[in-house]
Amino acid sequence: MQRYLFSRLLQSLLLMVGVLILVFFLVRLTGDPARLMMPRDASPEELEAFREAMGFNEPLHRQFFSYMGGAAVGDFGRSLHYRAPAMRLVLERLPATLELALAAMAFALVFAIPLGIFGGSRPGGVWDTICRGVGLIGQTVPNFWLALMLIVYFSVQLRWFPTFGRDGLRSLVLPAIALGFFPLGKFTRLVRSAVLEVRSEDYIRTAYSKGLLDRRVYSHHIFRNVAVTLVSIVAVQFGYMLGGSIYIESIFAWPGIGRMINEAVQARDFPLVQAIAVFSACFVVVLNLLSDIAYALIDPRIRYEA
Amino acid sequence: MRLDALETRGLRSPVQRFLKLILRDKAGLFGVVLFAFVILVALLAPTLAPHDPLQQNLRASRQPPAWHEEGSWDHPLGTDNLGRDMLSRIMYGTRVSLTVGFVGVVIASTLGLVLGLLAGYTGGRTDSIIMGITNLFLAVPYLLLVVVVASVLGRSLLNVILIFGFTNAPLFVRITRGEVLRIRQSGYVESAVSLGATRTRILIDHILPNLIGPLLTVATFEMSGMIFYEAGLGFLGLSVPPSIPSWGNMLAAGRQYIQFSPWIATFPGLAIVVTSLSMNLLGDWLRDLLDPKIRRSAS
Repeated sequence: MQRYLFSRLLQSLLLMVGVLILVFFLVRLTGDPARLMMPRDASPEELEAFREAMGFNEPLHRQFFSYMGGAAVGDFGRSLHYRAPAMRLVLERLPATLELALAAMAFALVFAIPLGIFGGSRPGGVWDTICRGVGLIGQTVPNFWLALMLIVYFSVQLRWFPTFGRDGLRSLVLPAIALGFFPLGKFTRLVRSAVLEVRSEDYIRTAYSKGLLDRRVYSHHIFRNVAVTLVSIVAVQFGYMLGGSIYIESIFAWPGIGRMINEAVQARDFPLVQAIAVFSACFVVVLNLLSDIAYALIDPRIRYEA
Repeated sequence: MRLDALETRGLRSPVQRFLKLILRDKAGLFGVVLFAFVILVALLAPTLAPHDPLQQNLRASRQPPAWHEEGSWDHPLGTDNLGRDMLSRIMYGTRVSLTVGFVGVVIASTLGLVLGLLAGYTGGRTDSIIMGITNLFLAVPYLLLVVVVASVLGRSLLNVILIFGFTNAPLFVRITRGEVLRIRQSGYVESAVSLGATRTRILIDHILPNLIGPLLTVATFEMSGMIFYEAGLGFLGLSVPPSIPSWGNMLAAGRQYIQFSPWIATFPGLAIVVTSLSMNLLGDWLRDLLDPKIRRSAS
């Protein structure tokens, strides 16, 4: 187990360094970051002064090392728009994004687990059909459009929920549904197929032939296996939500990281974009690491293979 | 099901059997028909569209769809904020979406196939380097990556296609490599090796034919994904220039009028749902069709 942990930790660290390098080069993809960050009508003198101030005149390897040095202590420069340390701005917005992502995850799981279990228990039945429908709709409806439609019906016409803002539980409902819709479909599919698969295993037949009741077979064998499947995918879906929050937070004016990245991109505030990209990618890497550890703890087969 | 099997046994010609196979899956058939419809709309947009998609008419702006009291059949799906015909714009938007999806997937799968074969077939250091970079790209939240690259490169159709082509390649690399490793360990490749087949021979006779199925299936789903993401980028104002009628650009415009003219945002979204639905059903159907295990049990 320790060896497994150590090798996964090392991999994650390497990935984070890779992410740092990737972001460094992405921002320099066009060759002239100054032109990218300054307004279109900036004079050559202004551009030159900006290059000087940002260190873009230094040789590339110098820029790279000072960037990596800063990154090592969490310094990603100052936001051009807010004129404040970029990473601090990101961390300030984190709670709002986490709140939304957790609510969306809760929404997805609360509906997906019972649906998937009912559907998977009676293949071909009514619940199974609903299950497959939810799975398909979750994959085919874009969340940014769903968000707009939810606003049209539940905010504008029925006036049940506010159209935007972060102000108590009522304002959380629509964004959470819009963001949680894709994971809902994904989880439903997954739970259903996990139940279907486990049901045909030998140990389930053994359990039934021992005379165990349905309830006990489910609680002792089927739920556990479904849990293993879910643990491995929940982390991945959190990563997806960080991306999806770009749309959802912008539409609902939710003051989180997703909306911030949209604003930063529109304002060409690349030090801030850089900080958000690095933070989000590292967040996902850490999440994946945690889920792998949880996975290894739940499922002994993984531990032994490593 | 049993009746199905009985019926198939009577059909001798391969054409008949193939037709049977297509007709067996109702959802898949629906997907194929729907997808054919979407492609037809894209190809025939200039003939089918009732108006010029760029023609502005401020006097007829934000006209509701025909079934509304204030709507008219001159603009069946109404008009947008500049009085442009919604139906015509949606038809032309199909072209943008399908072009981005199709060319993007061709680039991504070609790149992925070459790099995946290289990684899976040569192994060693080449494999480690390719897979290291692949895993790095797969670790970054995809939408974030696309948004950052799109904002750096600027708005153009070519940029959008290249962005999706390159950022999607890692997925195809991973799948290709996985399949190559799996196929190489299979019994039939081992027996081919023991019969003295060369590496090139094995690649052409055994590995490539077996890769087509899985890659084609993934390509269908990924094309649907790219259409999604293109619309999303357009919605954020990062895809094709605003002068081109695309579903994402239409959604971005419709968002501002969501309170009083909700149809402007509704219809392009429905177009995305229909296209994505057709491709997902098609993908499921392809997966069943190309998986020999399922196919054999069916026919």
